[in-house]
Amino acid sequence: MAVVAQPHEAPDVHVIDQTHAEVTRDVVATLGPPSRGYVLLLFGAVSLFLIGICTFLVLLKDGLGHAGYNPPVFWSVYITTFVFWVGIGHAGTLISAILFLFRSPWRTAVYRSTEVMTVFAVMTAGLFPIIHIGRQWIFYWLLPYPNERYLWPNFKSPLIWDVFAISTYLTVSTTFLVFGLIPDVAAVRDKVSGWRRAIYSWSSVGWKGTDNQWRHYSRAYLYLAALATPLVLSVHSVVSWDFASGIVPGWHGTIFAPYFVAGAIYSGIGMVLTLIIPLRRALGIEHMIHSYHFDNLAKLTLLTGSILFYAYAMEYFVAWYSGNTFEQTTFYRRAFGPMWWAGWSMIICNAFVSQLLWFRKIRTNLTSLFIISIFINIGMWFERYVIIVSSLSNDYLPWAWDQMNPTWADWGILLGSFGWFGMWFLLFAKTFPIVAIQEIKEMIPMPRKRGGHG
Amino acid sequence: MALLDRIKGGRAARRLPGVVASFLHVDAAVDAIRALRAKGYRNLVVYSPAPNHEIEEALEHRVSPVRLLTLIGGLTGCTAGFAMTIWMSYDWPLIVGGKTIASIPPYVVIAFELTILMGALSTVVAVAFFSVLMGKRGAPYDPRFSDDTIGIFVPTTPDQLGPIEQLLRSAGATEVRHESA
Repeated sequence: MAVVAQPHEAPDVHVIDQTHAEVTRDVVATLGPPSRGYVLLLFGAVSLFLIGICTFLVLLKDGLGHAGYNPPVFWSVYITTFVFWVGIGHAGTLISAILFLFRSPWRTAVYRSTEVMTVFAVMTAGLFPIIHIGRQWIFYWLLPYPNERYLWPNFKSPLIWDVFAISTYLTVSTTFLVFGLIPDVAAVRDKVSGWRRAIYSWSSVGWKGTDNQWRHYSRAYLYLAALATPLVLSVHSVVSWDFASGIVPGWHGTIFAPYFVAGAIYSGIGMVLTLIIPLRRALGIEHMIHSYHFDNLAKLTLLTGSILFYAYAMEYFVAWYSGNTFEQTTFYRRAFGPMWWAGWSMIICNAFVSQLLWFRKIRTNLTSLFIISIFINIGMWFERYVIIVSSLSNDYLPWAWDQMNPTWADWGILLGSFGWFGMWFLLFAKTFPIVAIQEIKEMIPMPRKRGGHG
Repeated sequence: MALLDRIKGGRAARRLPGVVASFLHVDAAVDAIRALRAKGYRNLVVYSPAPNHEIEEALEHRVSPVRLLTLIGGLTGCTAGFAMTIWMSYDWPLIVGGKTIASIPPYVVIAFELTILMGALSTVVAVAFFSVLMGKRGAPYDPRFSDDTIGIFVPTTPDQLGPIEQLLRSAGATEVRHESA
């Protein structure tokens, strides 16, 4: 027999060593009264959100002048943060849809939390273009609707593609999440009593787990996964074309779509790690999400981080190889210009730090993974900041070059977005099962009267 | 109209008489399903906490018709995407550099997004539609069916109760209950 690399743990290590009843019990237990740590986290998130709301009210009253826009830089922190949050969402859909189609059993334990992250991240992202347009109350001008001037949106503009891509992504991933929740909500309904039972009964839309329901449900889940799969690749490609179809040096690259998609998944898994490492302890589900899952998540991070490394190298190579002086200047200034600190933050946090994950010791050590995940979050925010701001600040006319510096209005909205996202994520984790009860049960063989397991 | 009646009659649905059996072992439940179907009881309702291939095979269901609605929804979205963009371009022509007014490549993005959107939404509508249309109202339920127990409900008349209970018990049911109308 040929030499085959042996997995470092037993191949069925992903199978949770629990009975169906224990799974229901443990997941329903996560919905119990909140701990002090949870309340503190929620308080922190709501406080940040209030900072964001106050900042937004000032912007609404006075206009965007408070933000740090400075010619020629008119896309800055809001667009950066928009791209950041959309990117976060992609890892969730990758894990819930693509790995479902690939029949990767390890996804089961983590996919609900990543799917929740997707929905709330895209929900957060969707606010930013609206904040950025300045006159937020007429955001609906972006939509094709009959109006008295007989005007329609310009469908040749990537910004309109974005409207369709983001709203489709938000709708489909919300549908996918809610659809997956139905049997789990029914399982919770059957375990609780009183007013909670009434609420879960209503939200389980009559689910009883009959053969007829499962038959349509399982098929539909497969199709929803198949429909969500191309979204993982397309949404961030469309976002990247917001830049790539402009002729600004540093933006106008054919590599942008795959580069952005890899970056999106990389940043998303970073955020997944940041969220579930503390969450599993807070909710007492350490036996369901353990080192096997983190090892796999870390391998995905390593893969996408290496693709990013390649993309960064290729950007610099192409800038040099093109012989185009504008392109060369842009990339020279990214490394040695006034924004060198942002440029190097991006390269170190993303390309270099991810390479640490070649070591299994680091992949399975939760403290090191958590620290790396924070680097990823920071690095990926800076990546978008560098791409957007540094490219705009030195375009074709050197006399027009200028820098922008973020102001309190930029930071306030950025902090507010973290608060808004964190608030929804925490509220969800205490309201609905954050671990997919039904899918874990599907993985556990049911007992047999003739002994043994499936 | 049948569907409308079912939705309207939701709460007031009459409870069906019959036998409910609980199983803790999947192979016992599969044996019971096969035995019941062999005796001509094809009108079963089987509850399970998670989808199970053995149960599905024993029930010999055909593939769910949900896929047809997914296809129709997707094609509708695709057509709508191209129709909307092309029509709107000609309704208010923006001529840039003498180029064509409706150019297909950028519109592919819109059509693609609407394909996914309509496909996904119609899939969910299809599940709701077929679950109600093909489901049986008034079948008894037990909260343990969402936890760790497989349930089988056999709608039947009072004179058949004895033999069915016998059959279910010999297959390995842990509990058998009679439901009267």
